[in-house]
Order: sequence, then C-alpha cells, then structure tokens
Amino acid sequence: MPAEPILSLKQVTKRFGGLTVADQVSFDVPQGSRMALIGPNGAGKTTLFNLMSGVYPLNGGSIWLEGRQIDGLPSRQRIGAGLSRSFQNIRLMPHLSVIENVMLGQHAQASGLGDLMTPILWQRAGRWRQMAIERLEAAGIHVHPDAEVSSLPYGVRKKIEVVRALMSRPRLLMLDEPAAGLNPRETAELSAFLKDVAAAGVTLLVVEHDMSFVHDLCERTVVLNFGKLIYNGATRSVQDDAAVREAYLGSRRVAGDGGDRAA
Amino acid sequence: MSGYASGIVAILCINLIFAYAIFVTAAAGQLNLGGAGFQAIGAYAAAWLSSSAHMPASVTIPLAILASALVGFLISFPVLRTRGVYMVLATFAFGQFVSGFLLRSPTFGGAIGMVVADYVGVGALIICAVLTTVLVFFLMASRLGLAIRSIHDDELVSTIMGVNVRAVQVAMFTLGGALAGLSGALYAHHFSFVEAQYFNSLLSIYVLLFVLIGGTQTAWGPLVGSLFFTLLPEVMRVGGSWRYVVFGVVIVLMMVLRPQGIVTRALVARLSPRNWWPASSNGAKRVADAG
Repeated sequence: MPAEPILSLKQVTKRFGGLTVADQVSFDVPQGSRMALIGPNGAGKTTLFNLMSGVYPLNGGSIWLEGRQIDGLPSRQRIGAGLSRSFQNIRLMPHLSVIENVMLGQHAQASGLGDLMTPILWQRAGRWRQMAIERLEAAGIHVHPDAEVSSLPYGVRKKIEVVRALMSRPRLLMLDEPAAGLNPRETAELSAFLKDVAAAGVTLLVVEHDMSFVHDLCERTVVLNFGKLIYNGATRSVQDDAAVREAYLGSRRVAGDGGDRAA
Repeated sequence: MSGYASGIVAILCINLIFAYAIFVTAAAGQLNLGGAGFQAIGAYAAAWLSSSAHMPASVTIPLAILASALVGFLISFPVLRTRGVYMVLATFAFGQFVSGFLLRSPTFGGAIGMVVADYVGVGALIICAVLTTVLVFFLMASRLGLAIRSIHDDELVSTIMGVNVRAVQVAMFTLGGALAGLSGALYAHHFSFVEAQYFNSLLSIYVLLFVLIGGTQTAWGPLVGSLFFTLLPEVMRVGGSWRYVVFGVVIVLMMVLRPQGIVTRALVARLSPRNWWPASSNGAKRVADAG
C-alpha cells in the first residue's frame, strides 16, 4: 500500500443529543485503494459519510483530504476539494432530465460567471453536454438524454447517480450502498465499472451490505459497530475477525471464498 | 390597435414581467406571496421620481428597478430563514406592510394616489416584456438555471454538488424584486396613475397563481400562465358576472388535474422539434424504446 493516504479520519466524534454515533473513529484511506466501510444497520456508516461531505459538523476530531484539513470547509466546497459522493436512497433531481442531472455534477468544475451564464441547455453540441453524454455511455447507460429520471428502472437510476458523482472529476468517490436493490447481473456490471473508475485513478470508499460485492471490489475494509471502529484491514480476512463476526457477519463461519450476503 | 386591444396587450405585458418576477424565485422553490409589494415599490418609485423630481421615464424606470431590487435583496435575508408556508406568510406580510405604508404616507399621496407625469406607450411595454422573456429563457438554459432548478428539487444534494444555495436564492430574490419593480414602473407610466389599493393581496395571489398554474419547471410556464389568466376573463366576458364562478372552477380543476402546472419540462421535451423525427438521431429512438 502506498504510504500517503488520500483521506484521514482522526478521532472523529459525532453526537446527536446523548447518542454518540461516531466515537473517536480514526482510519486512513490509502491513495488509489478500493476500500469498503461495513457494519450493521445503525452503526454510523452513513453518518460518517455525512460528516466527510459536510452535511453535519463534527463534535470532535478532524478530517483530512490529501493533507488538507477539510472539516471546517463548507459542504459545497468539498466537492471542489476532490471529494464526491452518492446517496443511500437515490437522490436524483426528479424534475431534471437524465442529462441535466449528470450536468449538475459538473457544477464544481464550472468557474466564474462566464461558465455560470453559458446557456448549456441550448448547446446541443457543447462540450459540457458532450462530456456528460460520453460519461453516460462509458458507464453503459443507453437512455435518451432528455428522458425523465423517474421513468427509468431502479438500476439505471442508481448508475446515473454514480455518473453524476463522477462528473466533478473527484479523487475520492464515496458510494453509499451502490449495489443495494440491484440484481446479480447489474451488481457484476457495477463492480466492473467501478474497477475501471478506480483504474483511472479514483480512490473508492464504499458503504455496502452485499459482502460478495465487497469481496469482489474492495481489497481493504473497515468495520463500524455502534459508532466505533472494530476492524481495519484486508477484506479477505474480515470474516476471520472474532469481533466482526460477533457484531455483524454472524457467528456462523461464512462459507466459501467469495463470502455470503450478510444478514 | 383599438383602445380595448391595446389595454389588454398592456396589461398582458405588465402581468408577464410580473409573473417572471415571481417565477425566478419559485423556480428555486421559494414562494413569494408579496409580489404586489415589490411591484408597488417600483410603481411608486417611478411615480414619485416622475412627478416630484420631474425625471423622464428613461431615468425613473431604471431607478425604480434598482429600488425594488435593493428591497428584494435586503428582504431575502430574513425571508430565507423561513420555510414552506412560513415563507409564504412572511412575504405576504411584507406585501401588506408596503401597501399599508403607502396608504398612510403623505409623501406618496396616501389613499388619493399619485398622478404620473411621463407617459410610456404600449410599444415600449411590448419591448420590455419580450426582453424580460428572452432574459429569463436564457437564464433557465444556463448552468445557473440548472442550479436554480436543482435547488427546487433538493437543496442538500445541490449543496453537495457544489451549488452555493444561499447565494443563488438571494440572487433570485433580488432579480425577482428588479423585475417586479420594472412591471410596476411600466404600470405607473402607462396608466399615468398609481394608488395603493391597487397593489393589494389579491394581486399577489393572482400573480402567484399565473406562475403555479403555468408551471415552475420551465420559462414557458409564466408565459402560458399569464396569457391564460389575462385572456380567459376577457373571453368569458360574454357570461357576465358568472365568469368569475367559471374562472374559480377552472382554477380548482387545474389544481386537481395538473398540480405541476400546465407546462412541465417533460412536455417541452416532448414538443421539442428535435423529437419530431425519431429517425434523425439514435437518441430519439431510444426514448421511444424506454417508453
């Protein structure tokens, strides 16, 4: 593993009232890695994503992206710093078309009033639109650019959200349960697509319950339980860890090398 | 043009600009029920500058726009702290405050109103309405327009995508104030008389209805909405006072049958000339497949 981490969490703590949802969580995401963040429901995985993307302020600790402290940065500036994310429940804009949703992902790339006032929706052959169409096609999404997102199948919408997150050219892409609700074929396609994305130099941090997907995609895994980090190491040995088995994967030894879907 | 026709065209132009004033904030998800207040500021600024300071319309109109834009900018900060129905109430209260203030202010003629010296003809109104329409269409086609529409749908995701949500909302309130001021100044100079009673809450409700029933997703909405609402009562004149009953029923039916407004983004995409010939691009064929 390269020494320089792209993302570092140091003693990150978050409390909602009396409930501590992130309790001094510290881990590094190595540059160029494909890392999974797993744990039972309510462990604080999505909260951690929200802390990293600036939805909530921290109660303690710090978050560093490429050596720069970002926890004081407003949420809207973190995408420009190189961090982009998707959401657990699809949050595409319902009244925007496919291409408009994807082009929204380019917002952080647009600079100054000139870019803001360019009539991108009139420019059928404009570079912004072409970039968006190329990205959609590279992801294997073959739908009409003007189609309504609500009319599309779940798996396609899920993929469009990943493409939207990629439009800002992030160096760290955080995906919150990207495989949830996908059929096995779609899951395999997504895994292959994300490997290509990672090969192009994007570090991945993925929250996921589907352990076969995690085994296929991620070489490293961190496990959260009740807001505490209980495992940080190779994915292949995560099920050998007694604490993880106890908290999440179950005491039954997971059969086979590919693992099983966690309960 | 007959006097009747030119009167309708003038009102249509003023309503259209006024509707776009409310639309630019509604497109970003903020409902402004104080439209008449902003329009009154523009109208009275123009009236006062014209009658008391003896300035020509070419000077009073830009100054009236500036005045109402400034008020829009300042009022956006307290108003944007509120949400949903509370924002509607806050803007409504603002509108009531402005008309109440004008009614009691001797400087602005109080209940008697003010006569406006300089006259602006219907031709200038048409030019202003066309320019406003082009401006708003351009705005909505821009990346800023995309950000405005995304704020309407999901503020949190817009923020995470890098949109400065608060700055866009403040900018839209300011632009809305400016356009409402323009419509008010044109009203004052065309009808040569302003009175506070005209800028009442019913006017604010009507203009918000133009926008909501026309549709807030595209710039076509206010155009269709203000045409519909300005011309429908004229068409129904044959029915005497029953027309108001019919008008009310039409509004209720529209709300029930098409709550998203007459014009939606999907409708514009479907009617777009690009999609008339499915064979012209493989993309158009795909949408047919996708259903």
